[in-house]
Amino acid sequence: MESCNCIDPQVPADDLLMKYQYISDFFIALAYFSIPLELIYFVKKSAVFPYRWVLVQFGAFIVLCGATHLINLWTFRIHSRTVAVVMTTAKVLTAVVSCATALMLVHIIPDLLSVKTRELFLKNKAAELDREVGLIRTQEETGRHVRMLTHEIRSTLDRHTILKTTLVELGRTLALEECALWMPTRTGLELQLSYTLRQQNPVGYNVPINLPVINEVFIVAVRVPLLHLSNFQIYDWPEVSTRNYALMVLVLPSDSARQWHVHELELVEVVADQVAVALSHAAILEESTRARDQLMEQNVALDLARREAETAIRARNDFLAVMNHEMRTPMHAVIALSSLLQETDLTAEQRLMVETILKSSNLLATLINDVLDLSRLEDGSLQLEAATFNLHSLFREVLNLIKPVASVKKLSLTSHLASDLPMYVIGDEKRLMQTILNVVGNAVKFSKEGFISITAFVAKPESFRDARIPDFLPVPSDSHFYLRVQVKDSGSGINPQDIPKLFTKFAQNQSLTTRYPAGSGLGLAICRRFVNLMEGHIWIESEGIGKGCTVTFIVKLGIPDRSNDFKLPFVTKVPGNHGSTNFTGLKVLVMDDNGVSRSVTKGLLMHLGCDVTTASSSDECLRAVSLEHGVVFMDVCTGLDGYELAVRIHEKFTKHQDRPLIVALTGNTKKMTKENCMRVGMDGLILKPVSVDKMRGVLSELLERRVLFENV
Amino acid sequence: MEVGQMRRQWLDYTRSLFLEGFLDAQFMQLQQLQDDNNPDFVVEVVSLFFEDSERLLKDLTFALDQNAVDFKKVDAHVHQLKGSSSSIGAQRVKNACIPFRNFCEEQNTDACLRCLQQVKQEYCLVKNKLETLFRLEQQIVAAGGSIPMVELTQLSF
Repeated sequence: MESCNCIDPQVPADDLLMKYQYISDFFIALAYFSIPLELIYFVKKSAVFPYRWVLVQFGAFIVLCGATHLINLWTFRIHSRTVAVVMTTAKVLTAVVSCATALMLVHIIPDLLSVKTRELFLKNKAAELDREVGLIRTQEETGRHVRMLTHEIRSTLDRHTILKTTLVELGRTLALEECALWMPTRTGLELQLSYTLRQQNPVGYNVPINLPVINEVFIVAVRVPLLHLSNFQIYDWPEVSTRNYALMVLVLPSDSARQWHVHELELVEVVADQVAVALSHAAILEESTRARDQLMEQNVALDLARREAETAIRARNDFLAVMNHEMRTPMHAVIALSSLLQETDLTAEQRLMVETILKSSNLLATLINDVLDLSRLEDGSLQLEAATFNLHSLFREVLNLIKPVASVKKLSLTSHLASDLPMYVIGDEKRLMQTILNVVGNAVKFSKEGFISITAFVAKPESFRDARIPDFLPVPSDSHFYLRVQVKDSGSGINPQDIPKLFTKFAQNQSLTTRYPAGSGLGLAICRRFVNLMEGHIWIESEGIGKGCTVTFIVKLGIPDRSNDFKLPFVTKVPGNHGSTNFTGLKVLVMDDNGVSRSVTKGLLMHLGCDVTTASSSDECLRAVSLEHGVVFMDVCTGLDGYELAVRIHEKFTKHQDRPLIVALTGNTKKMTKENCMRVGMDGLILKPVSVDKMRGVLSELLERRVLFENV
Repeated sequence: MEVGQMRRQWLDYTRSLFLEGFLDAQFMQLQQLQDDNNPDFVVEVVSLFFEDSERLLKDLTFALDQNAVDFKKVDAHVHQLKGSSSSIGAQRVKNACIPFRNFCEEQNTDACLRCLQQVKQEYCLVKNKLETLFRLEQQIVAAGGSIPMVELTQLSF
């Protein structure tokens, strides 16, 4: 037996102690073996573990410790050397590894600790970001609300809807307790509570403008400019400004600890601006609607007035038409019967009475006519006719009408027509005649002795610088000219002061009423109307009582254009004008010195049913022509005979209406021919050869229009 | 020859007169003027024409024969002749008168004489033709027929 170097137990083995040691060592070993297993197991489980090497080391360390303790189990008894060696080896290894591990841990543990710190830091950061995201979301939400609000506000143009919507939406967005709008009253000096959110019907609180600032914390007061955008300031009461503002008051819920955030205030500002704009639009719209309604009303009223006026005019016209007829009929009866009565046997006294009746009725008839004429002139319903007529023959006729009266009063009547006065003019013949007659008649009426002179000439602009009528410059043109007629008499004259009154209706020249109560005062008024309608002027000059007077008038007359007015509608074609072809009874005189032509023309006319007389010379024609003849056809190929003849025929029959029409029948196609014919006062020109149809048409045209100039 | 044939002959003859230019539309107008009230209108007028023209031609010959020709007078005659011939539609006579007048204005005696010859010739021709036409008409009437009414279209110009 060798002595063992093993460590002897110090104490002779207390069996119990040994047993405990044995068990403890066993469990320690067990634990030491299981810990690495656990570690390996969990590390394998975890995804991230950077220190595997450390783990291995640590595992080795633990395993070796376990092994040591395990081997220790065998050292409690007598054990062989091998065990001792193994034990020692194990211990040595363990020592090495554990020291190595300890050294390594010194490096590792601070790292591990710093990881922890970083983790904490990241967590904080995450929390902060969360908060910020929340904030941004809130802001975005607010922005959306603003847009929605704006949209709501802009979607209507009705002021009340705008404001109500604003309040409602603001209240909802900002979760307000109360939101109120104070509008300025009419006077602009007070603010009246107009709209609120919670209360349905705001009772009229009126608050004067200058009120001290309200508690800032829970309430925001926002100025809402009306109709004008202007600078915008919160908490700042204005100095007296000329612009109108409303006040919007927003109240946060008083039970919350909310404060006004900047973004909310911005929102409110934006909304207030929008509301201002929207209100302006609404106001403008209201304005324009009101204006439109007003205009429509006016329109309706005007329409009504016009219709009433038209009704009135129609009524007046109907009245006039009726009265016209009603008044004239008895008038005519009276006049006709009085004239008839005049023809019968009467005593001198009776005759005088009848003459007076006749004279008075004539006067009355004239007056009625004048009144009716004038009233038609007044309302502009009178229109002048425009037809071609012979100016020279018009004057002739006037003269012929006046001559008898003038000669009875032993007045000398002279007339002078200028040489450049056109023969044919376009105008209203009847009314021009009426005017001239009236003027000349007046001259005769108011002259007891002396002379009456009538002059007519073409008014030239140069000779017409008349201070009496400024702005009237008779400028002739190709289509018209101005006729100036002057009637001078050596009669009783007129006081220059009375002259303006002469043209007024019904004013009678007082100084003459005693001797000459004849005639109403309408004549000159009517003359003036006619002259005005003819775009002219009329005026009277007189140097005084007893010095005679001169009446001058200028009227515009048209110049007949050859190519326009004298178109023969059937020059080349014959449109089968079998219409008015009953010329039976129409007496016609044919003057032609060529026997053959004469026969042919005669045959032609007879074929059409006319009663034809022929003449072979001018003298014969003159002898034969009478008022019974409707038309005189004369051949003007034979020099100037024809023209002379025309003039002579004119002189023979100065009565305009009934004289026969003079028509030249010629094969001569010279332009001068036509002019010559017109100059001598012929009513027509026809070119030979004439066919039956052409003659038919010619006759119809002549009888209808009383004038016919074929185009040469 | 029976009526129908005579009428056709008359029509053909009339047509030829128009085609050859002896007569123009004016002559047709004259024919239209002939009706029951005026049964011999055309004959009367044409006879008048013959008388007139012969007289005028005689005067013209006389006037142009003078030593000192009075062109005014000559012109007046020619004018008359022109008028008459155009009145009845004697186209060629009328056309012959036109240059005649021009030469009168120019006072060209020789040319006037030439024209006078021309006019005389034309006049003779048309006189013959018209006389033939009237003979035909008489024959038709004698045979119991009626003179056809001539329309412009019938002559198919």
